[in-house]
Parts: sequence; structure tokens; C-alpha cells
Amino acid sequence: MTPELALRARAEGEAARLPPLLARAEQLAGTVLLGEHGRRRAGLGDDFWQYRPLMPGDNYRAIDWRRSARSDSQFVKDREWQIAQSVMLWVDRAASMRFASEPRLPEKADRARLLGLAVAILLSRAGERVGLTGFTLPPRRGAAQLLRLAEFFSDAEAEDYATPEARGMIPHARAIFVSDFLGDFDGIEAALAKAADRGVRGVLLQVLDPAEEAFPYRGRTIFQSVGGSMAHETLKATDLKARYLERLAERKDRLDYLARVTGWQYSCHHTSETAQSALLWLWRALDGGHG
Amino acid sequence: MTLFGLIGFTTPWLLLGLAALPVLWLILRAVPPAPIRRRFPGVVLLLGLKDDEQVSDRTPWWLLLLRMLAVAAVITGLAGPVLNPENEGPTRGSAPLLVVLDGSWASAQTWRAKMTALDGLLAEAGREDRPAAILNLARPEAAAFQSSQTLRNRISGLTPEPWEPDAARTEAALDALPEGAFESYWFSDGIDREARAPMLEALEDRGAVTVFESPAPVYALEPARFEDGAVALTLHRLRASGAAEVGVVAQGRDPAGNPAALARLPLRFEEGATRAEGALALPAELRARIDRFEVEATSSAGAVTLPDDSLRRREVALIAGTENREGLELLSPLHYLERALAPTADLLDGGLLEVLPANPDVIVLADVATLSPAEKEALTAWVDKGGMLLRFAGPRLAASEVSRAAEDALMPVRLRAGGRTVGGAMSWGEPKTLAPFDAESPFFGLEVPEEVTVNAQVMAQPDPTLASRVIAQLTDGTPLVTRKREGQGQVVLFHVTANAEWSTLPLSGLFVEMLERLAVSSMPAQPEAGDLEGTTWQPVRVLDAFGGLGVAENLPGVAGPALVGDALGPELRPGRYQGEERSLARNVTPREAALTPAAWPESVPVEGLDRPEETPLAGPLLALALVLLVADVLAALALSGRLLPARAAALILAALMLPGAEARAQSSEPPGADRPAFASDVTAEVTLAHVLTGDAAVDRVARAGLEGLSETLFFRTSVEPGPPVGVDLEDDELAFFPMLYWPVTEGQALPSPAAYAKLNEYLRSGGLILFDTRDADIASFGASSPNGRKLQELAGPLDVPPLEPVPEDHVLTRTFYLLQDFPGRYVSRDVWVEAAPPDAEQIEGMPFRNLNDNVTPVVIGGNDWASAWAVDESGQPLRPIGRGFAGERQREIAYRFGVNLVMHVLTGNYKSDQVHVPALLDRLGQ
Repeated sequence: MTPELALRARAEGEAARLPPLLARAEQLAGTVLLGEHGRRRAGLGDDFWQYRPLMPGDNYRAIDWRRSARSDSQFVKDREWQIAQSVMLWVDRAASMRFASEPRLPEKADRARLLGLAVAILLSRAGERVGLTGFTLPPRRGAAQLLRLAEFFSDAEAEDYATPEARGMIPHARAIFVSDFLGDFDGIEAALAKAADRGVRGVLLQVLDPAEEAFPYRGRTIFQSVGGSMAHETLKATDLKARYLERLAERKDRLDYLARVTGWQYSCHHTSETAQSALLWLWRALDGGHG
Repeated sequence: MTLFGLIGFTTPWLLLGLAALPVLWLILRAVPPAPIRRRFPGVVLLLGLKDDEQVSDRTPWWLLLLRMLAVAAVITGLAGPVLNPENEGPTRGSAPLLVVLDGSWASAQTWRAKMTALDGLLAEAGREDRPAAILNLARPEAAAFQSSQTLRNRISGLTPEPWEPDAARTEAALDALPEGAFESYWFSDGIDREARAPMLEALEDRGAVTVFESPAPVYALEPARFEDGAVALTLHRLRASGAAEVGVVAQGRDPAGNPAALARLPLRFEEGATRAEGALALPAELRARIDRFEVEATSSAGAVTLPDDSLRRREVALIAGTENREGLELLSPLHYLERALAPTADLLDGGLLEVLPANPDVIVLADVATLSPAEKEALTAWVDKGGMLLRFAGPRLAASEVSRAAEDALMPVRLRAGGRTVGGAMSWGEPKTLAPFDAESPFFGLEVPEEVTVNAQVMAQPDPTLASRVIAQLTDGTPLVTRKREGQGQVVLFHVTANAEWSTLPLSGLFVEMLERLAVSSMPAQPEAGDLEGTTWQPVRVLDAFGGLGVAENLPGVAGPALVGDALGPELRPGRYQGEERSLARNVTPREAALTPAAWPESVPVEGLDRPEETPLAGPLLALALVLLVADVLAALALSGRLLPARAAALILAALMLPGAEARAQSSEPPGADRPAFASDVTAEVTLAHVLTGDAAVDRVARAGLEGLSETLFFRTSVEPGPPVGVDLEDDELAFFPMLYWPVTEGQALPSPAAYAKLNEYLRSGGLILFDTRDADIASFGASSPNGRKLQELAGPLDVPPLEPVPEDHVLTRTFYLLQDFPGRYVSRDVWVEAAPPDAEQIEGMPFRNLNDNVTPVVIGGNDWASAWAVDESGQPLRPIGRGFAGERQREIAYRFGVNLVMHVLTGNYKSDQVHVPALLDRLGQ
């Protein structure tokens, strides 16, 4: 088999994973009813808005002859004004996301990916342009963009913890950061500050495993990061529980505070909950931005 | 071995390892359980957190205990603990060891156990380097101390003797005692004897004495007596324990000459009684065949008694010339004979020709002179075959011409005319008395009473042979009793009358004794020494101590008085002795015997042979350690949170697997037990059966074949068989099946002897077995194929008559279809059946012979009939036969052979009998 063919075969194998992800994302997105996103005024757009009498200055080509023929005056068909917003996604693909405390729970990465793609689908349907932060995938419209997003989400990163990518932000665009936010807090802080500087607002969605919230460990344990770069040994894991939870709560508080300061919105989602609730929250949070 | 009460240890120093347990406790306690490695993204939040408690985590105490127990069990197990260890008493010293054996018939029952104990004793002595010696009291030989190992090699050569260590032997044994001090172990047979005391005294003088005595019951069976028409048996036991029933079996030969148990008499010991009696009423014919009586399930000469002539009642026919003087009993020629013989013989009455068919042992002719030619011929033939003709003289004989000129075949001597009378009123001489008997005479040794006188007698003609024929004579040398051998029998003539007319002999005891010696009457149960004076008895069969009968090959003869009076010993072994005319048994247990348990003084420790068995405990302890370690694995896993239910289940399952499998193996039932309805199923209809060979493919084809044959029978004949069955020769009853199809496979197991007995019974009672070697295309029947050899092996123990290839006129060729070939899947003409009798004759006007009546018990061939018959569930043939139509024709002929075979089994020679149809029709006047 030639290298090209091997590559093609691998690519096919990888691509085979996409349709299910897309399908799941589509299914998830289908549960959210659209309809609140229009501009409710005439403008450039594809959708019909209203018929109005011909006004001076209107181009004759704009006359809707079919409507005009039913009366004596001429009518012009207005279309709804639609502004396409750019929404930029960042989904954590680091090793720390590839964790599920129980076999029946999905990995955090899986949930994050699913939510990211689902919201991308929703946005795309609503006519927004969706893309990634950074320079990899600028915001575009259309189904091909969704495919590209799915393909990008399916790739994993090797590093243990990731910091949000805040480069290449389009001013006044919207941004969605999905991560466990367990990595370097300064990086998060810097990214948000950079985004706020550009007038970008958005949402922080923290995806956590129930085990990370409950810390159900006992006895002598060596804790390792998923990538294996960090380890911590304890002789009595139960003793650590309180202090761990304290640190976790502190981090959530800081995230919340940071979000509020920069005009973002923050929420925490657990993989044991349904993805739909998180999606709804995401959708409303984005919509609220318009409001 | 170190002993701690009931438990001993083979390597006790290993127990020191138990001292290390506390150290182990501390170590195990300090080592925390291994850490668990967990992937946890939140580790970043944990970094920098310190454990509150810096001391190491401890293993839980119960896990420690579990491990301690496991280690302790391993240490103890390796130290070789033994429950009830062989402990040969606390008084063991370094003194030499003398083993004293009673070695009598009473020891034989437990001889093996004794030898095992002795072996252990000598092994122990060998370990302690003590010399040992063995002294068998029943056969005392000088005992010399030697290495125990050497003695152990001789143990297998020690046998008990069928006699007792009596006073004389004990004295010899006392002389044979080795010098110096020694310790004694006495293997006693438990019977009290006077000779014990001096022996015990002598042994105690030399050192400690320990007695081993088996509590096993000892039985002694008294010689059988004939009382009131039944055989009376008396059984003794040594210890008066609880009530028990013991069976005594009369062994002998069945009419076919095979050894068999002829009768069984249960004797019941009441509680506390040592004596049980019973009587066995048997027909005379059966009684005469009894070889021995023995107590069931014993192996001791004391529990065996050999009957002799006293049980063998002779049948004596008394025939007198004149019976005309009714009422004058004392003058009856037969009166004294009847009185002498009645207690010990069965008397037959009737005419000569009437009693001869009863084949009496003895025929007495009292003053019978002439016999009809028919009587003479029959009597001569009877004498030739071993009969004993006893004749008495009398007036008629004296007056007759019998044996006058020429010697009559039925007279021992020629007679002079007239006889003579001495000492009467009209004669000069004194009545004559008897001369002492010669050494050659059968009467030698009998006391001659003075008062026996002879007044008249018939005289023998002097003859060259006369001297050798005289066995008793008067003081003047004239013959009184003469005898001649004739064929296998003999003719004896008393030259006087059988009543007191001519002599006083019939009035004396001598008369009875003479009749006994001549074996006219049986001996009384217990002959006196005086009765046997002058006789010599040759041992025929001798008993060993275990009660087995051996051939007395070159043992010397024994004098009569010694045979009765002497104690048993190497010169006089118990057994059956043959005299001139009679046989006499000398049994181990005498009449009026009594068994007394030996009483040992308090100072002598008495041990039973069967102590609690030595049980090594190492295995169970190590197994326990293993179980504990498995539990430890489970517990450790559970503690570290890695005990998944699946793992635990697998471990527990593995632990339970072994005993479970064993239990299954034990609970497996015999294969026949699950078929309670077997008998009722197969007897509801005629059922064809095949023998299960163990080869599944062959069995399947055999079953399908019989199904096909059953179908064919159902459609074509009035035989409507049920579904065929496979029979297991070991478990299933065969009597239900008219025929068995037995495919021979190379690998099938030979049936057990019990199964062969069943098969032979089946064959004798009219069953038929169709043997099929299934290899006719490669070997035309015989030993040239593996299956053929297997067939020979299988059929070897069967009761199979001579065979021949199926003759053309065999009834098998025409029981239903007319057939000449018997093909199956293969076509071979080699089919063998029971051979026709050699005298089978061609019937006039018929194409076949007048053959035997029976169904042939076996049909042997190799044509693989089952394959030709076999059908599947839908009734289609299972196996291809031949090619095209010819093959189908062959299958049809195969079915016809099957039909003929079943018809032959069910109707026997019915078709053969048709030869008689013309004669029957003729007789019916048609």
C-alpha cells in the first residue's frame, strides 16, 4: 500500500467517527427550537419580511410583480435584515479532558466536543458564522464548516492541560470556551483579558467529572495526571478530600468572578448530567448576549 | 518421631519456626499496603498538599491474623504432624526384641494384620538398631537375635500352622529361647491354654512382655454329626459378646461337578453364649456330595470341618432266601443285620431287581442260593461297577449246587457239598472259635472275643487262590470269611448264617465291627482308638491353617489309633484320610471342644491389633494454609479496593471446583439406574436389542439398523416390534430380548465375569446373539482381521456350541423367505451357525435333513447387516449399498435375512418340522 493510500485509509477511519459525532450533535441541536434570533426588521437577508408599497427611490427591479398584479399599486418585497455574527469556539482537547471516572460516564472531552459541535450546529442554522479561536479555522458558514469543526474536535492534544487560545479574536465577536479549566489559571486569566480587550464577550463552560467534584478516594494512592506528567502520592486519600474540595471551589469562584468582570458568563457542567441542559444553558447565554 | 499425646511430628524441629511468628507480625504490621495508582485530572489541585498523618498506614489486625494463621499452618504442616502415631509403648529400651507368635489355626484369621503389626514392630526396632528374633510356638525353632531388617524379609515366609502350641511344643519353645535379657512381644491368638503360663513366666523372667491380641472373633466348628436324619453342627466362639448370627456353608460339588455352596445354615449365638447349634436336613444325595463345612467369611482351619464316612450313610439292601417264618424274629436271617445296620445305614427292602436300580452301596444276600439269570446278570453288572455283595451262608446255600464244580462269579470260593457241623449234639468236636486276624485282613486289630463260637459252616474247596481270599478263619484254619474282588466291586461270603443258628458271631459286638470294617455300615461318628487298631490311613487332602485344602502329596500314612488319639502336629495334619474301604476326617476342632479366652495377668499389657489408624495431618494443614492464603488474596484485594466481583467469583469458583468435581464423580449412579421403566418398556412388545459397544458411531448405526429391521418386520410379518434398544451387558437384564445384535469393534471392553454369566444364561435359555465383525469385504471371517480376533476374545468365555457355515438346508434359509445368501452391506457367504448333529439324516422325499430342535444360539458373520438395514428418521436408507438396482436388491435380501432371523428366533424349528407334515396328514387320515 502506498503511503498515500495508507493515509487515505487512516483518514477514512478517522472520518468515520465524524458522522456519529455530527449526528449526535445534530440530534442534540434539534432539541433546541430556533426562532428568537431574527433581527425583526427589513434588510438584507434571504427570508421574507413584508410587502410594502413602492416608495420613491426603490429600484424597479425590487418590485414584486406577482404581488403587485393583484392590486393597482406596486409592492416591494422586503426581506428580513439578517446580520451574521461571528462565534468563535475553543474546546479543550488536552489529556486532562480524556477522563471518565466510571465506564458508564462519557469522557469530559467527549462531552465538551459534543456540546461544542451542537452549539456550532445551532449557530450555523441560525445563520451565524462559526469558527475556532486562533488562526486554524476562521468563522464561516455552511455545512462544510461543521464538518471541519468536527474533524478538528476529534483530534486530541498530547499535553496534560491546555490554556484557552485567545489569538485572532475578531473584535466584538462572541466566544465559547469549553474546558475543565484545571490548567494554569494565569493563562485563562490572560486569555479572557485579551478577549475582553477586543470587546469579545462569551461564555465559559466548565466540564467536570463527578469524581472530580466528589473525590471518593481512600487509602494509599498515587494520583497521576492523565498524560502522566504529574503525580502526587498520599498515604491517606481521605484526608485530602476536604482540602481538595476547598481548592476546587476556590477555582470555580475565581472563574465566576473573572467571567463577571469581563462580561462573560460562567457555568459548570458535570458529565453525569445530560448534555441537553448544558446546551440549553449555552444557547440562552449566547442569546442573552444579543438581547 | 516426637510425640505430643495423640499427635506426633516427624520433623519436630521445624516447629521452631513458630517462634518467628511474632517477628513476622511486627514486619507485616509495619509494611503498609501497596499504593493504588489512579489517573486523576484533579491532581493539579492536589499538588503541594501534605498528609496530616505521617505514620505509615497499618495492615488491619484481622488480615495480619489471617496471614499468621496461614504461616503457622504451613510450618506445622511441614513438621509432619501425625494423628494417632504408631507408638510402641513407653517401655522401649535397647534390649533385644523377641517376637513370640502363637502361630495356631486361631491366628490365621488375623494373620495378615498380625504380620503388618509385626512388620511395623520390626521396622521400629530397625530404626532403633535393636536386634530381634521370632519364635513361632506352633513350630518352635531355636531363636537367634539378628538384624531386624533381615527378619523383616522373612515375614512373608511365616505362616500359621493348623494345630495348636500344646504343652510339648511349648516345652520345646522354652528350650529354644535365646540367651540373655530381652523384651518380648507376644502375638497371641487369644485362646487359653495350659501351656501359656510357663511360657509367660519364662518370658517375664527375661524382660518386659507385651501381648498383642486381636479382638476379631474366633470361631471353631465341631465335626458334623448325623443325628435324627439331619446333619447337626455346633459352632463355638471365643468371646461371649452380643447376639450374632453366623452362617455355616456346606461346600461341595454340584451335579455338574463344579464346586458350589450346597447349603447354608445360619447359626445364632445368643447374647453371652459361646455356643450355637443347628441342624441341616439334606437329602442323602446332596449330603453325600458335601466336601466341607465352613463358617462364612473366615479363613481359619478351626472354622472348617471335613465330613467323613459318618455322614455318608450307606444304602444297604437286605435280601433273604426265606422269609416264611413270620413272628419268629430272632430266627429271621436278617434280624441281626437289621439291628446292626439300622443306626448307621439306610436299609432298602424289596426284591433284588427292584432295589438294583436304586444302586445301593451294599446288597446283602442272606442264604440266597440260586438267582435267576436276569438277576444274576444285573447283579454281576452292579458288582462290576463297584457294588459290594455280602453273602451269608445257610442251609439253602449248603444244599445247593452253587459254586460247587466251578467258581460262581458271585461267590468268592468254591464250596464243598454239605458243609460241616461241629460241636453239636450229634458230633464229637467242640464248637470252634475264631483265630486272631492276619495283618493283611481288613479286620486286623479287632479283638476276638472268647465267647464267639461256630457250630456249623460251609466249607471252602481248597484252591490255589483260597489262601489269598480268606480274611477271617477259625482256629482250625477253616475259612470263616472269604472275599474276592470282582471288577470294581467285591463279593464277601460269611461262611455262617446271618442269624444265630450256626454261630454266636451275630450276637457279638465283633459282628458290628466287622461290618464296619467292610464298610457295610458306616462308622460311628467318633471311632475309638481300639476300633482302628492295626489299620493304616493315608492322608488324601490336608488342611492348612487358613482352612484351605491342599493335596497331601507324599505325607506318610498314619496308624489308626494315632489318627484318632494323637494331637495334631506336623506328623498328623488335619485333613481327610483314606483307609482300606473307608475315609476318615481329622478336624482341627474336636468334639465337645470349648474355647476359653486367654486370661493375662494384670502385669502384662495387652494391646489390640487394630488401634486407631495413623493419620498424617500434613496434607489437611497445608490445604488449610492454601485456603487461608486465598482468603488473604481476596482480603488484600478488597482492602485496596481492587476486588472486582468477577475476580472474587472466579477465585471462589476455582476454590470450589476441585471438591465439586470429586463430589460429582462420587454421586454418579450406575447407568442402568436411571431407567426404571426399562423392563416394562421392552417387554410390552417384542423388542430387538443391540449390544452397546461404546463406539458411538457403531451404536448409532446398530440402532438405526434395528429400527429399519423392526419397520420391515412390522410391514411384512405379524411380528410388530417396539422401538429397538441398546443394552449394556453389565447392567441390563437380557432375558427380555429374543435376540441381540452385537457389532464387534476393536476397541470394545470385555464384559465382566458377571456379564458373561448373564450372557451364558441368556444363550442357554434360548437367546440368540448375532455377532457381526463388519469386515467381510477385507477379511472373509476369521482371525485375519482385528475385529475377528476381537470376536474370538469376546466369545471365548461364552458357552458356544460347535459351529458350521450355514448349510443349505438350515431352517434359517426358509423361516419366512426362501434364501440362500445372507448379505448385509457386504456379500460374504461366511455365516456360521450351530452345527447340525452328526446323526442328522436326509428325510425321504424332502430336500432337507431332520435337524436339531434348538434355535442356534449364535449367528456369526461379518456382512455389516446393520448398515444395510439402517434407516434414518424419515425411513430412508442411511447407508448406500452396492450400485444402483443391484444394491437395492442386496438391501432387500438383507432385510429378508433379518426377517428370517427374527422368525427363526421366535418360531424355532417350526419350518423344519414341516418335514413331518406328510406323516401327520397321513395319520389324520387325510
